[in-house]
Amino acid sequence: MRLTLNKIVLLLSTISALIGLAFLGWILITLIAKGLSSFHISLFFKDLIDGGLRNLIIGQFIIAGIASLIGIPIGMLAGIYLQEYGRGKFVRLIRDLSDIMMSAPSIVIGAFVYAVVVAPTGGTSGFAGSIALAIMMIPIVINTTDNMLSLVPIELREAGMALGASKYRVILDVIIKAAKVGIMTGLLLSFARIIGETAPLLFTSETSNYFSLDLTEAYPSLTVSIYNLANDPTSASRDLAWAASFILTILVLLINLVGRYITRHKG
Amino acid sequence: MPIMSIEDFSFTYASAPARSLNNINLPIMKNSITALIGPSGCGKSTLLRSLNRIHDLYPGNDYEGRLMLLNAQTQEMENILDIKRENEFIALRQRVGMIFQKPTPFPMSIFDNVAYGLRIAGIKNKTELADRVEAALKGSALFGEVSDRMNKSAMGLSGGQQQRLCIARAVALKPELLLFDEPTSALDPISTAAIEELIVELKKDVSIAIVTHNMQQASRISDYTAFMYLGDLIEYDETEKIFLNPKEKKTEDYITGRFG
Repeated sequence: MRLTLNKIVLLLSTISALIGLAFLGWILITLIAKGLSSFHISLFFKDLIDGGLRNLIIGQFIIAGIASLIGIPIGMLAGIYLQEYGRGKFVRLIRDLSDIMMSAPSIVIGAFVYAVVVAPTGGTSGFAGSIALAIMMIPIVINTTDNMLSLVPIELREAGMALGASKYRVILDVIIKAAKVGIMTGLLLSFARIIGETAPLLFTSETSNYFSLDLTEAYPSLTVSIYNLANDPTSASRDLAWAASFILTILVLLINLVGRYITRHKG
Repeated sequence: MPIMSIEDFSFTYASAPARSLNNINLPIMKNSITALIGPSGCGKSTLLRSLNRIHDLYPGNDYEGRLMLLNAQTQEMENILDIKRENEFIALRQRVGMIFQKPTPFPMSIFDNVAYGLRIAGIKNKTELADRVEAALKGSALFGEVSDRMNKSAMGLSGGQQQRLCIARAVALKPELLLFDEPTSALDPISTAAIEELIVELKKDVSIAIVTHNMQQASRISDYTAFMYLGDLIEYDETEKIFLNPKEKKTEDYITGRFG
């Protein structure tokens, strides 16, 4: 009886796992089939206005990069505060709020940034997009930093202090180093998370057909352009959208792989 | 001569309803090894951790009484409970070092581990750093094993080596008193023997207080033993007397293994 039950549970969980994998495979196969047929290396060298994706890829990285420049320091410092300095109810409140923020719908964050940045400044801009992505990123970075620091044994802090180091020196010299690999991985994964986002950019940075370094105007974005191209009736646009989706997926996959590599080989 | 004199000392943890240490009076003798023994929860670690005020990492604890530490320059006893300022704490911890139960190597090279406290103390001169790191490693019987990989990570050392590294790290600061908090309880017998030998060797230069739950260890290496129970100091004497001829019934019961 017990053995039969064991076999049934094993069978059911195997099937469920296969269903999950099947969908992942399906997505990848569709992307590769449709994306690869429209993919051409020249897409990397032409801007959207000329039928390429160069400005969109660079733009997406710049928006996400600036979001990281805002989000990583704030998130890490907040994480350090939660784990190393804060105490009591206030810390629990911030942790809870940060967790809620992590599951906030991204379109809501986009709408919020539209209301507080885009509307007052008179138009969409790359900066507004970066701010929206930074807001998405901060709770993820807080969570990662907080968790990774909590894994560092308390004895290491005491050992540092017992050598005469002040608290901030121990945190900077010892604790962050001890948690470095975990934090680095977390930062990469949070970057991978925001670089594929569309909703927060939809009405903050919008997108542009041209290459641009001016972050005060509508800014080229790969994801928003995928959305626009997919809605375009011409088949050339839709093919370009598939190629862009393919490239985006590969990029996110690569960042994830680098993150995993770091964990495995430097941990 | 005592290097430290614990006088009418009581301690209460921030979250605790009652005292964890009750009115302790105990000397820590110079260039000797004083063992603190007793069953779990007797307060031996709490007492040890008061002597460099590492408790102060956590707010809200309450000290009462006096912890008088000998000032080597003036030969006067100074109460370390009067310490309030950051730089005084730094100075105290350079004078009173601590070794923990689990080895606590920092995630950096062997050299940087031993140099850490020295750099904190403001020593920047490279030759001086190198000399003092080497001397500390030699003094901790580790130099021969690591001299060819000083720039490799300390995390690659064995548990016993890591613990000797932590001792070297503390010794490098030339402390006057070293506190050992069950330093061998996470180690195998061979590493334990090496550490015990090292501790005995160290007492030429530094005074030592050691918490141990291993009574054989206390009898092997210590000169004086304090037996504690439920936050009280039950008996303190020369180690030999405590183990061969204890005055208190509780002490006898504990060292003969009747409880604990």
